[in-house]
Amino acid sequence: MATTVLIVDDSKLARIVVGKAVAALQPTWLRIEAGNADEALALLRDQGADVAIVDFNMPGRNGLELAREIRGQHPDMPIALATANVQDEVIAGARAVGATFVSKPVNEDSLRGFLSGAGLKLRGAGA
Amino acid sequence: MSETTSPLEDLEHDALTELVNIGVSRAAANLRKMVGDQVLLSVPSVEVVGRQDAAALIRQRESEQLVAVRQDFEGAFSGRALLIFPEANSLALVRAVTGDAMDGADAAEMEQEALAETGNVVLNGCLATMANLLQRPLNLSLPQVIRGTGQTLFELEGGDGHTGVVLFLYINFAVSGRDIRGYIAMLMDLPSLENLQLLIREFIERVMGPDGEHGR
Repeated sequence: MATTVLIVDDSKLARIVVGKAVAALQPTWLRIEAGNADEALALLRDQGADVAIVDFNMPGRNGLELAREIRGQHPDMPIALATANVQDEVIAGARAVGATFVSKPVNEDSLRGFLSGAGLKLRGAGA
Repeated sequence: MSETTSPLEDLEHDALTELVNIGVSRAAANLRKMVGDQVLLSVPSVEVVGRQDAAALIRQRESEQLVAVRQDFEGAFSGRALLIFPEANSLALVRAVTGDAMDGADAAEMEQEALAETGNVVLNGCLATMANLLQRPLNLSLPQVIRGTGQTLFELEGGDGHTGVVLFLYINFAVSGRDIRGYIAMLMDLPSLENLQLLIREFIERVMGPDGEHGR
């Protein structure tokens, strides 16, 4: 089964940009999108995903709160937190939930490390 | 607030919000270094409103006297950026950026300078990031500390004063564990907005590439 990556961002443009970078780096991966935390959790429940890339500053629950929730349900899922907010607390928060910090604006270079790591991890787990 | 039609299309509005979000997130990281505590941000609000409505928006929430650090910017697009907070918060902010080392009297003396420098760091961080993403330089005026109400802070000189529409951007911020909160706001008049719109279109094309999946 194809690897599915869930892209969560309240900005449609940001989702398109992340989606393009994912398509370039992992062309066989299936991409699904959500505009906020609630949508993301509903998609995870209904369709499932193997990897998540989550924006930090969103209306409603922020990306760290969402990452924490996803981590609770999926202890091994590779999760990235994408933000330009490089405050110590945000970076520490990402580390605490086992999410990779990816700086915004996202491009292929900034996602490469995370996606190749995620790909290896999933292959290792036999996904 | 009265509805005003924005000349921006949905994706352009989305892109501008994201640009501001990235700019303000970097600015917050700069401010965090100065105050030593986490800076919390709201999601940016980007609206085209009557000039009066922009002032009213702040006035409705803030009845007290406000302090603002103001920087005007000009280049491919021009306008005014403001870091605004209630005057009652201002000494707490000064103490935070001076490392809590000062007593009340010293902090009061330093107030003007500390506010200007804080505004400079935050507003520069935000505008420079936006200018870089849009690939156009912006010139920034020196920071100026002004005091007044929502009304007086938003008056642009040389314009037609009280009429016309403006692009109004604002973000709430608060400093974790301290009695400091306020707004980062930006105002641009319509000709500037039209110039900005062209740059946003270029930006969208650049990040989406020639085969961008426009619309849905």
